[in-house]
Amino acid sequence: MSTEETEQGCEGEKSNLHPRSYSQRAITYDKPTAAIFTAAARPSLLARVNDWLNNECVLGYVLLVPALALLLIFVAYPFFFGTYISLTDARIGKPGHFIGLQNFIDLWSDPIFRQTVGNSFFYTIVTTIFKLPLGMLMAILLNQVFPLKRLVRAAVLLPWIIPTVLSTLAWLWMFDSTYSVINRILKDVLNVQGPIWLSDSLYTLRTTDMTIFRLTWPMISISMVNIWRGAPFYAISFLAGMQTIPQELYEAAVVDGAGAWQRFWRITLPLLRHVIIIVLLLSIILTLADFQIVYILTRGGPTNSTHLFATYAFQVAVPSTDLGMGAAISMYMFPVLAIVVFLTLVSLRRED
Amino acid sequence: MRVKPRAVVMRFATTYIPVFAMTAITLFPFYWMVVTSFKADNELYNIKANPLVVLAPVFTQYQRLFNDTLFPRWITNTLLVSLASTAISLAFSTLAGYSLARLRYRGATTIGWAIFITYLVPPTLLFIPLLGVVSSLGLANSLLSLILVYPTFLIPFGTWMLIGYFKSIPQELEESALVDGATRFQAMFRIVIPLALPGLLSVGIFSFTLSWNEFIYALVFLQDATIKTVPVGVTSELIRGDSFFWGELMAGALLGSVPVAVMYSFLVEYFVAGLTAGAVKG
Repeated sequence: MSTEETEQGCEGEKSNLHPRSYSQRAITYDKPTAAIFTAAARPSLLARVNDWLNNECVLGYVLLVPALALLLIFVAYPFFFGTYISLTDARIGKPGHFIGLQNFIDLWSDPIFRQTVGNSFFYTIVTTIFKLPLGMLMAILLNQVFPLKRLVRAAVLLPWIIPTVLSTLAWLWMFDSTYSVINRILKDVLNVQGPIWLSDSLYTLRTTDMTIFRLTWPMISISMVNIWRGAPFYAISFLAGMQTIPQELYEAAVVDGAGAWQRFWRITLPLLRHVIIIVLLLSIILTLADFQIVYILTRGGPTNSTHLFATYAFQVAVPSTDLGMGAAISMYMFPVLAIVVFLTLVSLRRED
Repeated sequence: MRVKPRAVVMRFATTYIPVFAMTAITLFPFYWMVVTSFKADNELYNIKANPLVVLAPVFTQYQRLFNDTLFPRWITNTLLVSLASTAISLAFSTLAGYSLARLRYRGATTIGWAIFITYLVPPTLLFIPLLGVVSSLGLANSLLSLILVYPTFLIPFGTWMLIGYFKSIPQELEESALVDGATRFQAMFRIVIPLALPGLLSVGIFSFTLSWNEFIYALVFLQDATIKTVPVGVTSELIRGDSFFWGELMAGALLGSVPVAVMYSFLVEYFVAGLTAGAVKG
């Protein structure tokens, strides 16, 4: 988004009102064409609307109306409505009463919610730690010269573009407790007995009276699918960024005796900064707010140990019909998202 | 030029082998879908057989999918929703993108940022209140609800990509048309939009696939099996309780993925360029 143009409002142009014949308007495109409002010319209504729209400023707003109207009705209004619902005890088919922050307070004593918060952060942080270097490695590979390059590029992007629930169904089948093809390969090739991917427990962090966080194979499986699906997005974005870096920079670096490693750290990485920040922003938001992978693989189970904010909100709001509580669970995502967005915008602004 | 053996080894170690490994891991789940969908049930659930190959390929899974399930119906529904929401979004984001990229007026920058922020609001934050909004508009359990709601995530994206495209078209072309007596509207529809057609095409294809893939709104808004979309239909109707019909499921997953895969294969390079146009110039 460029900010370099000067902005001017419609009202500033009234000073330009002066009688001018209607037919002359065409050559005044850069100046406001308010001449039609003078009594002298009195053109038809259509011509007047036409001329009014020819005003850069009026047209600018008019063209925004359809998009903004839709976004106001289906994004802005639901956002505030959702905030209101989270402050009520509404259920599906029953309006509910205002109960203040009760839902938000109750959630803190809900062990499933605490596990959900832990899962959401684990999922977002761990997958991002893998996706970022993996994506970079994939981009570097895709930027090399090798046979069938275009085909490989298209193939590598597939996990990201195919409907997530459908590819996750393939993973669900690969994780099957009896027929898991992954375990079959592990057994036949490496002679290793694989876990029961979607139910085995690994590690439990607990105090004497309560469980703080459980790390389970299901959570790891879910993260693996997310990395598989998300890394191509990093890769393709980084690849796009790499292709905008002038080749001369590398040539000059080679002349100066820089090795491949130095060229990467001193040229590629700094020039990709902008792309990296944007990709991280989008990826962190999508991962924290993810729904599909968990919904397909575990539905939050076993025993509610793998919920993320979105799947727990769905389970409470839709099957259990507790809209108020569900909305409150979703709303807990908001401050985290807001902080991520804020930090990104700040770091992007600082560059300009 | 003679190639040194050592250079060949290096090339394999640093490029060919890693590229092969990457491609294999990426494609394995799709390979697994294909293999599963062509197996008969007795082969599919035979623990002794080599799972990675099909010994006797059959079409029974596909036949079942088309004869015993509503899969063809879900394909039609998804196609309808995706085309309609893409058309709406493309029209609205073209207008908005043109306005923000080419016209100067107070508040343009702020509005541009506001649209960018809506791009960052995830659907999972909004589905509960949207269910209420959709119901109160009388659209619950209808495809129209999706056609109207999908543009909420398509318009912000489309507008931002199109701003990039519109900015790349020289201002002089439009100005000379205006000098020659064209109105702003004419300049927009006869000069700027035709020149931005490649951009419109890639935004269109991208919007289509995003709509095709959407899950949570379709899951929450639609109840009747006959009006479901492919992602929701396959996951909710082909999994009944604890019984998984893996053959049918994989056949459905594969066929449901083919349209987006085909569209993208034409577009990868384009898409890579468009991504930078939108993101890097941000």
